[in-house]
Amino acid sequence: MGNVLLLAEHRQGELRDITFEMLALAPSIAGALGGEVTALLIGSGVDKMAETIASYGVKVLVVDDPLFADYNSDKYQKVLSALIDDLKPSLVMLGQTAQGVDLAPALAVEKNLPFVADIVGLEVEDGVLKATRQLYSGKVNARIAFKPADTCLVTVREAAFEAPEPAGQGAVEKIESPLKEDLDYRKFVEYIEAEVGDVDITQSEILVGIGRGLKEDKNLPIAEELAQVMKADLCGSRAACDAGWLPPDRQVGTSGKTVKPKLYLCMGISGAFQHVAGIKGAKTIVAINKDPNAPIFAVAHYAIIDDLFKVVPKLTEKLKELKG
Amino acid sequence: MKIFTCIKYVPDTSEAEVKLNPEGTAVDSSRFSFDINDADNYAVEESVQIKEKHGGSVTVVSIGPKQSEVMIRMALAKGCDNAIRIEDERIAAYDPIMVARVLAGAIKGQEFDLVLTGCMASDYGNAVTGVALAELLGVPHAAYVKKVEILDGKVKAHRELEGGLMEVVELTLPAVLTIQTGINEPRYAPIRGIREAQKKELKVVNLDDLGIAAGEVDANASHIVLEKLYIPEVESKAEIIEGDPDEKAEKLATILVKGGLV
Repeated sequence: MGNVLLLAEHRQGELRDITFEMLALAPSIAGALGGEVTALLIGSGVDKMAETIASYGVKVLVVDDPLFADYNSDKYQKVLSALIDDLKPSLVMLGQTAQGVDLAPALAVEKNLPFVADIVGLEVEDGVLKATRQLYSGKVNARIAFKPADTCLVTVREAAFEAPEPAGQGAVEKIESPLKEDLDYRKFVEYIEAEVGDVDITQSEILVGIGRGLKEDKNLPIAEELAQVMKADLCGSRAACDAGWLPPDRQVGTSGKTVKPKLYLCMGISGAFQHVAGIKGAKTIVAINKDPNAPIFAVAHYAIIDDLFKVVPKLTEKLKELKG
Repeated sequence: MKIFTCIKYVPDTSEAEVKLNPEGTAVDSSRFSFDINDADNYAVEESVQIKEKHGGSVTVVSIGPKQSEVMIRMALAKGCDNAIRIEDERIAAYDPIMVARVLAGAIKGQEFDLVLTGCMASDYGNAVTGVALAELLGVPHAAYVKKVEILDGKVKAHRELEGGLMEVVELTLPAVLTIQTGINEPRYAPIRGIREAQKKELKVVNLDDLGIAAGEVDANASHIVLEKLYIPEVESKAEIIEGDPDEKAEKLATILVKGGLV
């Protein structure tokens, strides 16, 4: 009773950050519930990864089988489903990642588990699990209580918790795969790497970022002219790239690039966490946005709360003057 | 290809200040404009493109108020064939699993090859409904799909992973795909389509019509309780640059140049 089972996430031979971030959250919950943390690692030839996780002082349960050479949500679901029956953990924890999003909701339905997705906080209050999550791109928070159940399920937002330092030595236990044969209804085909564009924004010193607030592509020159006078490269939020204002390789955020310029000036970007996760390495952040509560201001060093269409052209003009 | 496409009517809060009702139980949405959820708009386009290439039909399914019929008609104008609007106050709309159960109830028992949903709604942002729906329908799924190729009895889906990496998977049909934004270029509805949309079937149903017991999808059935909503404080350490727009621009320009930032 009270145990927390977290699913270690890895891709192309590397453990992903979310695995360690969950290791920051899991011990406090297990402690409050009077249980222990177990990390579940599923893959093929994953001994080294198992040792790495064990060095964080948690028990590692390993399903090491050629069946899991490539990721497949449905196969993972079979394993998790069997282990939930076996181990009866009080809480199962996955990442709100491309992997977790493809897996957790189906598992919740199959096992009829109370489930809260994309949590940024989790507590035990009088024996009741309570999760915090964000709505409306971070403009509203919700507090959600789990009704009593043998096992609850959460997916944890990326970068919401800071990974701890390795400490202690957990046991590694290999178990036989509950899944015995391949599935015929879903097959992994291949990975396709992202295309490389003309400018590598991960190397840019100065970046001008544009978002939905730019409204339409005919307004693009407003940002381009500023970028020119600042000697900056242009990048954008998911919305700007989806709209075709910028090519996909200029997208900053979890599904795009992680950038580390010395100056990042963004306009019309509200600062959804997916975007903010990509600019954490920027030394100075300047944000221009109409909404005083835009989450981007939480990470900005300089803030202009105003209409970008009024401020930016003037800023370009002024910079031209000052720089001669 | 018989396709069901699930869409949601959401408030546009991207540039607006969000306020709560006095009880702290719901967002005061009276001041927002509503429209189709962004990812769902791409799902509509993708379903119409699949139909244009492979034949078949597209049925729109949406849970929402009477006002959302404007959005549904727009999807019909873009080439979807008919629609089901579900309206029932008893649905625990904050729980995406309950929403998925209602959608499954509307689709189950009918013939289909594909169900498309947006991968995430911009209001609650769970990214849960589509994959839960697949499990309820008992068919394979792929989430965050950025490219769809229909093969013989199968579908090849390119899933967008972190950092722009794509994972290509092959699923047997029928299947559920949750569509990521940017997969295509959503069309504008042609004038002729808008006229024709008025004549297309838009069925309005409630839980009873669908044969779903309210006790399976209401707040009692849900395994979670929405305790409260609150506006998080933005802990900003930013230096706020004050003045009229011109003054702000001037001050910022000075900071950037004097600070050696540009």
